[in-house]
Amino acid sequence: MNTTENIRLQDTSKRRQLKDKLVLGMVVFFSLVTVSPIILIIGELVRKGYRQISLDFLIKNTPDTYSAMTAIANGERIPGGIANGIVGTLIMVVLAAAIAIPVGIIIGIYLYENPGKRLANFTRSLSDVMQGVPSIVLGLISYLWVVKHVTNGYSALAGSVSLSIMMLPMIVRSTEETLKMIPNSLKEAALALGTPYHKVILRVLIPTGFSGLFTGILLGISRVLGETAPLMLTALGSSMINLDITKPTSAVPLLIWEFYNDPNMIDLIWSSSLMLMILVLVLNMISKQIAKKTK
Amino acid sequence: MNSDKITRLVLSLGSFILIIVAAGMVYSLVMGSIPAFKTFGFKFIFSNNWDPTYGKENYGALPFIAGTLISSILALLISLPLSFSASLFLGEYFKGTRVARILSMLVDLLAGIPSIVYGLWGFYVLRPLMIELGIGSQGFGVFTASLILAIMIIPYATSLSNEIIAMVPNDLKEAAYSLGATRLEVIQTVTIPSAHSGIIAGYILSFGRALGETMAVTMLIGNSNKVPDSLFGTGNSMASVIANQFGEADGLKLSSLIAIGLLLFLITAIVNGIGKLIIKRMQ
Repeated sequence: MNTTENIRLQDTSKRRQLKDKLVLGMVVFFSLVTVSPIILIIGELVRKGYRQISLDFLIKNTPDTYSAMTAIANGERIPGGIANGIVGTLIMVVLAAAIAIPVGIIIGIYLYENPGKRLANFTRSLSDVMQGVPSIVLGLISYLWVVKHVTNGYSALAGSVSLSIMMLPMIVRSTEETLKMIPNSLKEAALALGTPYHKVILRVLIPTGFSGLFTGILLGISRVLGETAPLMLTALGSSMINLDITKPTSAVPLLIWEFYNDPNMIDLIWSSSLMLMILVLVLNMISKQIAKKTK
Repeated sequence: MNSDKITRLVLSLGSFILIIVAAGMVYSLVMGSIPAFKTFGFKFIFSNNWDPTYGKENYGALPFIAGTLISSILALLISLPLSFSASLFLGEYFKGTRVARILSMLVDLLAGIPSIVYGLWGFYVLRPLMIELGIGSQGFGVFTASLILAIMIIPYATSLSNEIIAMVPNDLKEAAYSLGATRLEVIQTVTIPSAHSGIIAGYILSFGRALGETMAVTMLIGNSNKVPDSLFGTGNSMASVIANQFGEADGLKLSSLIAIGLLLFLITAIVNGIGKLIIKRMQ
């Protein structure tokens, strides 16, 4: 090998190394850019929202525009809070979970028990399609089903139905995925002892997969907690705490939307968003923690 | 009938419930849109006239279809370099390290932020920035909406492609390293070729998500009922027009909004179906 050739080889090698380093630098830079919004968003919420948060904020109903306006004019803190939204969110999410969890788990077990069956494959595909349906379309559907025909007006029930259709596919898939991880020998042992099929499900499959199922449920709940669009078409909102599920009801995301549209209420936007974020993030983290522990 | 049979029956009953719900969804949307399609025919999809004036009502969905597609495609393009870098960071360069765990946790947090909070942040932080940069006098527009959409779909694109990238067999990579390839060359010749269909599926699914986003887009796209005249102009999306105009809608307008919902449903179902099909083929 003569020297010029050697130098040329070294040159290309250096260029290759340099290119490699350059791309690594870009990957690190873009990755940092990717996660910067989360820090900026949480920072903004805390900075603008912490001042309004107090006991009143949690236990009082939303003020009307006039009292908010006078408070601002007098330089006082806006009175009232988001209790009506918190109660409404609780009612609708609990109701949605009560509808979606049993049905979702039953379907999930069915898919796990009949992996190759045509009906199971079809159901799985359908649930995949449903998972991709935009939430506003679920709102429309729930409007057509419940608002128009069942409660004859906007209602918490209609809101729950839209949220439950949203949760259902998530619970179905997480149930199936969880059960797939349970060793088959466990089920076989139970069946070999002559245990009836329903007892195998209730006493073996569900308890063994409990943490996985629970994670799926929590993720589903944290996903629907922040939903606004479908509730605009179904629950509408209310300025008072309402326990009747056939009447219009508020929710925290709906209140944020109302505050956003009312210049007098701007100060309340950030504190309610902060509350909502904390709730969603805590649920998210609990579910991740459970998932990690059981792995 | 013995208890085993009853149990099996109950289990398959769930399947039927799901099928009935899905069929009911399509049925209600189709029935609800019939008046709109009867009045305007297929012109409904291609007409860009949206006029709610009583007596000469005319509704066409083109501005909203165009706004949805343009803002989602732009969002996908913006998110591409970011989420692809993040998935390489997680699945290749720093796979299994502490810093990767922190990054992946932050990406997960990004996925948990409600749409309306993204909208608020976009409205109060991103929009003033747009005004400062001289993009639109109000800062509203397709571009601003796409920016926020891009941030919203990054977590999905990242976690989907990171999973696929992390699955690439180590032997293949080691073989390339032993031939003297640099990290970049391994990524170019081994990782991307063997993971590309999964990565593409991940981007298709995130695109499907962008199509249906409502609140953040509603707060930033400008809500003008016309086909956007430029990337920085204002427009509207299918989901946003439903959210914005539903409250005061009845009769033909309501039916037109439901028809837009049906179209949105079909578009997202097709896009998601393609994405899931590619992933299923891989397994």
